[in-house]
Parts: sequence; C-alpha cells; structure tokens
Amino acid sequence: MQWIDTILQGLLLGGLYALFATGLSLVFGIMRLVNLAHGDLIVLAAYLILILVSALGIDPFTAALIAAPVMFAVGWALQYVVLNRTLGDDILPPLLVTFGLSIVIQNALLEGFSADSRKIPAGALETQSIALGGINVGVMPVLTFVSAIAVIVALNQLFYRTALGRAFRATSDDPVTAGLMGIRAERLFAKATGIAMVVVTIAALYLGTRANFDPTIGPARLIYAFEAVIIGGLGSFWGTLIGGIIIGVSQAVGAAINPEWQILAGHIAFLIVLLVRPRGLFPRTVG
Amino acid sequence: MSLLRLDDVCKSYGTLKVTDHVTLEVAEGEALGIIGPNGAGKSTLFDLITGRVAVGSGTIAFAGADVTTRPATERCRMGLGRSFQIPRPFGRLTVFENLVVGAAFGAGRSESDVTGRCAEILRQTGLLERANTPAGQLPLLQRKRLELARALATDPKLLLLDEIAGGLTESECRSLVETIRAIHAGGTTIVWIEHVLHALTSVVDRLVVLDFGRIIADGKPDAVMASREVREIYLGIEV
Repeated sequence: MQWIDTILQGLLLGGLYALFATGLSLVFGIMRLVNLAHGDLIVLAAYLILILVSALGIDPFTAALIAAPVMFAVGWALQYVVLNRTLGDDILPPLLVTFGLSIVIQNALLEGFSADSRKIPAGALETQSIALGGINVGVMPVLTFVSAIAVIVALNQLFYRTALGRAFRATSDDPVTAGLMGIRAERLFAKATGIAMVVVTIAALYLGTRANFDPTIGPARLIYAFEAVIIGGLGSFWGTLIGGIIIGVSQAVGAAINPEWQILAGHIAFLIVLLVRPRGLFPRTVG
Repeated sequence: MSLLRLDDVCKSYGTLKVTDHVTLEVAEGEALGIIGPNGAGKSTLFDLITGRVAVGSGTIAFAGADVTTRPATERCRMGLGRSFQIPRPFGRLTVFENLVVGAAFGAGRSESDVTGRCAEILRQTGLLERANTPAGQLPLLQRKRLELARALATDPKLLLLDEIAGGLTESECRSLVETIRAIHAGGTTIVWIEHVLHALTSVVDRLVVLDFGRIIADGKPDAVMASREVREIYLGIEV
C-alpha cells in the first residue's frame, strides 16, 4: 500500500511538472524558441498572484483569473517587442536574451520581495484530502493534476479545431510559406507566448499554493520543465504530461527509498529515457 | 490595365547579379510565361514579386500600389498567390487544412465562410478525395496540385506558378494544363515559370526569356521561340 501511495503522489506531482513544461513545449513547438526565463516567469506569476491575494484579500484562484490576462499581455509584449527580434537561423540570440531576462527577473524580484521564502495561502484547501481506499490524497495535488489535463485538452482543441491553431501548426511547419499565405508570424508568435504565459500562471498558482518559493527557484523549475518536454518528445502536449509524470513518479520513488535521492532519481529517469529514446517517447512525425 | 509592374528591378548576392534591371508589365487577365536556363533568376523574380526577398533597387507595383517594401503577408492579402518549384506543403496539416489556412489568412475570410470555397478548389484541382490526408503523405503530382490549390485558396488576382509541371508524366501534365487553363479562363491573371515548353505555350499568350537575370526576349510565344538569341541561349541550338 505504501508503494501505491508513493506512486500516486508521484503521478500527481507529475501534473505540476507538466504544467511547468506545457508552456515551454508550446513556444518551442511553434517557433523553436528555447525560453531560458520560463522558470523565472512562473515565479514572477506566483508573486503576482501573491500580491493580488494579499492586496485584495481574494482567494488564489480568483487572483489567478485576474493574473492570467496580465501575464498574457506580458508574454505578448515580451515576444513582440523583444524575442521576435532574436529569431532566425542562429539559435544563440534567443538563448542569450532569455538567459539575460532570467537574471533580470530574478534580481528584480529579489529587489522587490527580498530572498525570503513565500507561500500563497489557500486556506482549508491546503490540508483537505480525499480518501481513496486506504490512501489519502490531497485536494490540491488532485486539482493540479486535473488542471494539467484540462490545460492539455484545451490546447489540443485550440491547435486542432481553430483557425489560430491551424496557423500555429502551419507556421511551425514552414514559417516562410506561412508568411506567403498571409500569416503574420510576428503577431502569431506573440499570441503563442501570451497563451504560454496563461499556462505559466496556472502553474504558478499551484507552485505557490503547494510549496514555498523565492526569487531564485525559477531555473530549477526550468530544468524539470525541460526534462518533461524532452521525455515526452518535443512539441507533443500529451507527451509532456507523460514526461512530467515520469519525473514525478521517479522523484517520489527515489524519495521513498532515500530522501536525498528525490531530485537525483528524476534526473536519472530523464537520462535513461534520453539513452533509450533520444527523440523522446512521442516525437512529432516529420511531414 | 497593368496589374503588375516591375520597374528597373535589380538584385545581387555579393557580386552575382541575379536580377539585372528587369522592367516588366503584366496586364490584368494576361497569361505570361517565363523561361530561361537554370540559374537565370526566374524563381528569384517570384521571390522579389512576393516579398520573400527584398529588392536591391527598382520598384514593384501591384494592383496600382507600390509594394516594393511591403511585407509578404500584405502582398498575399492584396492578391498575390504563389506556388513553389519544390512543393512546400504544411506537412502535418491535412490537404483541406492547407487550403483553409490560405483562405482564412491569405484571403482574410472567416473559416466558416471558406469551407465551401475550399471544397470547390479541391474539386477543381482533383484533390477532393485526398481532403483529409496529411499533406506530407501526398505523392509528387498531388503535392504539385496542392501547391496550386493552396495558392488559389488565397483568392489571388495574380497567380505565380513556379515549374508546376516539372517531374510529371505526360498525362499528369496534360491534366494539370487543363486545370490551369480553366483557372485562367475564370479571370485569374497568370505568370508561369516553366521548362515544359509545350505545356507552357499551350496556355500563355506572351513569353519572356530571362538569362543571367536579364530579359532577353519578350513577345508572342511563336516569335520568341523563333528568335536566334533565344534558341542559342535557351535551347542550346547553334544557328
């Protein structure tokens, strides 16, 4: 029973990692942009939710609803004004610029909020649990996992059932031809990053309500996100969820064996998948 | 009335002149053929017209507006449609979705408005049965037809066809020519780069010959093909 509990907790933790990773996967899938500031943007969104909760006295879910359009605007402007200028054949400029952005965000947050750890208060939800057989499962981890699935279903609907999604896929296939078909790539990319920032806000909601955070934890979240995206196969949302689950379960199992092995076990699982399936578990087929 | 006008257009890559003082006018409703040896600058000319490549000097006017510095997306929305010599379908989209993208973004229509039009284009280009096939899985002929269909979906005033008959069998080529002829008869202006001369001359009413980025002949197909310079340069016949 203890192992079933451990694996279940790991699976639910995988939902959080999938939320970290989905925005990264979306942006990379459409414009081949690796955003090294992704983790820091999650932390930024967590602080934004914290400010709203503290200042307005609202619950974190309502605060996330307010923060989401703000983060969409931040993502849109960031892509349109800054990141679009870095895109091209050379992969170095976006890496350098987003690395710089990561440092800027971390230092700005340190300046504004100090290095103290914070947590977004979620009231009674923090401790509520559901009994499943002989196992008690926390409501927040379940909500996180359900949210991850909801986000992935919504993104799949967007990608495969809407004009915007078709434009995303067309531009991802061939941005030059897409331009000649009337698709304005720079605006499309801005929308994609805006949507990624909405997902980032959802990830931030659960990051901030489930654990302590401080301005410097972004890069570690980025690594988990990277690993989930690469395990899943670049550009596959469901693959990203599976990737998150593999890391989550590995960490939970590692921690059950020895608490010091938690993080290491996740990285080892990632390396094993990379050795066995270098293109990930669900790579995109080449058209 | 002139639909497209290139005025003294030049383009160089380093010391290599790929477009050399080209002045060209295409009238509305015309079908113009462009021929020339490999490397003569034919596809580059399409790149310049569509805005894929920026001109070095000179001006390009389309539908009465100077489009020299306008982005490719805007030129597409103004009615410039193009097919590629090497087909470039959106491989992970279905054939139908390829057209919907062109119709929705290129022609600026809502998706609900374009479904019927896209189905009609698929029927016209013989792709209706492959509507739900991922475009990356199509054989060459159907990829070429998709190039044509997707360009048509953008509702072009001017259709630029780049070696669309290349690599096809005789019967495939005949069938494609019939389709292009029908599109032209429907009122679309056509500029067609092609090496398959009998296909080209069965559709166009004017022929331009490019060599080293320069226009060396421009006129009725029979007269152009009878020209000594053209036969020497293009056909390699010593006269």
